[in-house]
Amino acid sequence: MEFLPDLLDPNARWVMLGVMAICASSATIGSLTLLRKQALVGDAISHSILPGVCLAFLIFETKAFWVLLPGAFVSGWISLRFIDWISQNSRIKSDTAIALVLSIFYGLGILMLTSIQHSGNAAQSGLDKFLFGKAAALMEQDGYTFLVFGAFVFLFVSLLYRPLRLLIFDRDFALTTGFPVFALELLLSVFTVSAIAMGIQAVGVVLMAALLISPGIAAKYWTSDFRVMLFTSAILGASGGFLGAGISLIWPKMPTGPWIVLILSLIALISAFLGTRKGVLRQYWMHKQNQIKILEENILKCFYHLGEPDASYEQKRSREEIQARRHFPPSRLNMGLKRLGRKGLLASQGGGACSLTEQGIQEARRIIRVHRLWEIYISKYMHLASDHVHEDAEAIEHIITPELEKELEHQLEYPIKDPHDQNIPYAPKK
Amino acid sequence: MVENVENPVLELHNVTVAYQRKPVLWNIDLTAPSGKLIGVIGPNGSGKTTMIKGILGLVPLSSGYVKLFDQNLDAVRQKVSYVPQRGSVDWDFPASVWDVVMMGRANPKNIWGRYTPEDWDIVERCLAEVNMEGFRKRQISELSGGQQQRVFLARALAQEADLYLMDEPFVGVDAATERAIVKLLKNMRAQGKTILVVHHDLQTVSEYFDWLVLLNTRLVASGPLAKVFQTDLLYETYGGKLNILSKVGDLIQARQHPMRESS
Repeated sequence: MEFLPDLLDPNARWVMLGVMAICASSATIGSLTLLRKQALVGDAISHSILPGVCLAFLIFETKAFWVLLPGAFVSGWISLRFIDWISQNSRIKSDTAIALVLSIFYGLGILMLTSIQHSGNAAQSGLDKFLFGKAAALMEQDGYTFLVFGAFVFLFVSLLYRPLRLLIFDRDFALTTGFPVFALELLLSVFTVSAIAMGIQAVGVVLMAALLISPGIAAKYWTSDFRVMLFTSAILGASGGFLGAGISLIWPKMPTGPWIVLILSLIALISAFLGTRKGVLRQYWMHKQNQIKILEENILKCFYHLGEPDASYEQKRSREEIQARRHFPPSRLNMGLKRLGRKGLLASQGGGACSLTEQGIQEARRIIRVHRLWEIYISKYMHLASDHVHEDAEAIEHIITPELEKELEHQLEYPIKDPHDQNIPYAPKK
Repeated sequence: MVENVENPVLELHNVTVAYQRKPVLWNIDLTAPSGKLIGVIGPNGSGKTTMIKGILGLVPLSSGYVKLFDQNLDAVRQKVSYVPQRGSVDWDFPASVWDVVMMGRANPKNIWGRYTPEDWDIVERCLAEVNMEGFRKRQISELSGGQQQRVFLARALAQEADLYLMDEPFVGVDAATERAIVKLLKNMRAQGKTILVVHHDLQTVSEYFDWLVLLNTRLVASGPLAKVFQTDLLYETYGGKLNILSKVGDLIQARQHPMRESS
């Protein structure tokens, strides 16, 4: 437990808070770039910051934060302007422009970094932390800067979320209303480049893009509200920063960036799986619910079909009779009968046999009616042969709502027979 | 056939728009009357959308000027409303129907300000006018094409403008929505609003509009429905007679030739 004093020392605490603030800011700003479909631009800016950092070091021969930061900002800004300029003034498409700027700037940066490292300048050691980030190398003052920047981002987003939402959702419309679109975009670009220029201290240029976009991706699986999404991604970013920086402070040999990014990617992955909005698990659950509904309705239909020849719908039916009419896997049949019993649509008659209740007959009649109406509808309007309509109706009968059913009845003018010359069972008139 | 009007709500004077030097709109000169339902008709790529964007200052004009209510756009922005093509935005954006319609109440002079109770009432009323009042909390990604279009219309209504510019509002909507929109547009006209609609379905033109603009890169005709909706003019718009024009356009682009001798 010898690392605990480390975490409690005030320097480490401020660094930790600062990293959390910068991660939260980057995640918030990153979510905005994600919604603007500019995730790749963020990646290009991050990589393009390296030559600026190296150049600032070469000129001033110091690793001081306040010297390297302007270098990082300027170089990131130039790369952003380059991307815009190339895609507007040449035949090169924006994705190509992004790739071009990213690789040229990054190549230049690596070249400069390598030559600095072999120059024998003692002050250079540690400059490579910009590649993968190292929280342990940060100072208390850096933490303050990050916190102040975090406060600015918070103010920016919370005061201007409505104009930002308007701008990102529908830029042309925003322009026509006379909104200061260009000023907003400029402000947004300044925040983006600043967030990246500071964020690379924690995660490094290579992995910065993941810090920008993965919290936003994760948040999108939980919410469909703009504000909640930005807030959620900030919280996720901060937690990633906390865990990543914590690991790196406890074991100083561990790089901070990769840990933060690994944790955030894991959160994004889990969100894609568990998310309440379009998450895999939710889709699986809905699929299961559909399967159960289909099973129940098919069993009810089976009872109805068995009773149809002599209108003996209340008659009890054994499992063998049911299975002879339509095959169900025995365990599924058991489950379906139990569920229908609980819903009061079937009554148990002993010995495994069941019969339809009054309510059950109504429901079975409804399903059969919808099935046959649908058969008429598609044979009439899609000109399908009558022997082709049954399969289609088998699936559709389970999703027709009462409103659609009424519309079908109305449009088909209450038909009596389906294409197979079977009766359409309407509810008895009261 | 270009008929001009007194006190036009919209005037285009010698307007040319070019994309990478290729002219998409060529010397358009027209005036449009107020209180009418105006249809802008022409084949694909004839510059219909570009004309709307040019009027709204969304694309730079290579020459000419646009006047709205006899003034420059900046002076009358509050009186002009734009309904973009439905496909021009990402409907998976995290926003609700309410959020989008409220965008119509966004006031550039007060970007920090909160919405007033009046704004809320207006949004509520506009949702009702397009029969979407039950959908206010619905996530926009869960809407059908017709519902998305209704949301866009409600947002435009919330702007309470006098001139509406709509880009293909009938594309990809169901028949019921199309009927509802037409009814709404006629109501708006009855209240004295001017509505300019980019449209491509010739079948419905005479039923929907009372003023027509026929466009095929250059202006073919502009005037009252009865005078403009004529076989020869339609043939001129849609037929192949304008091939030479488009060939010249291609040449201008290929050789980077100036549109004006002086430029």
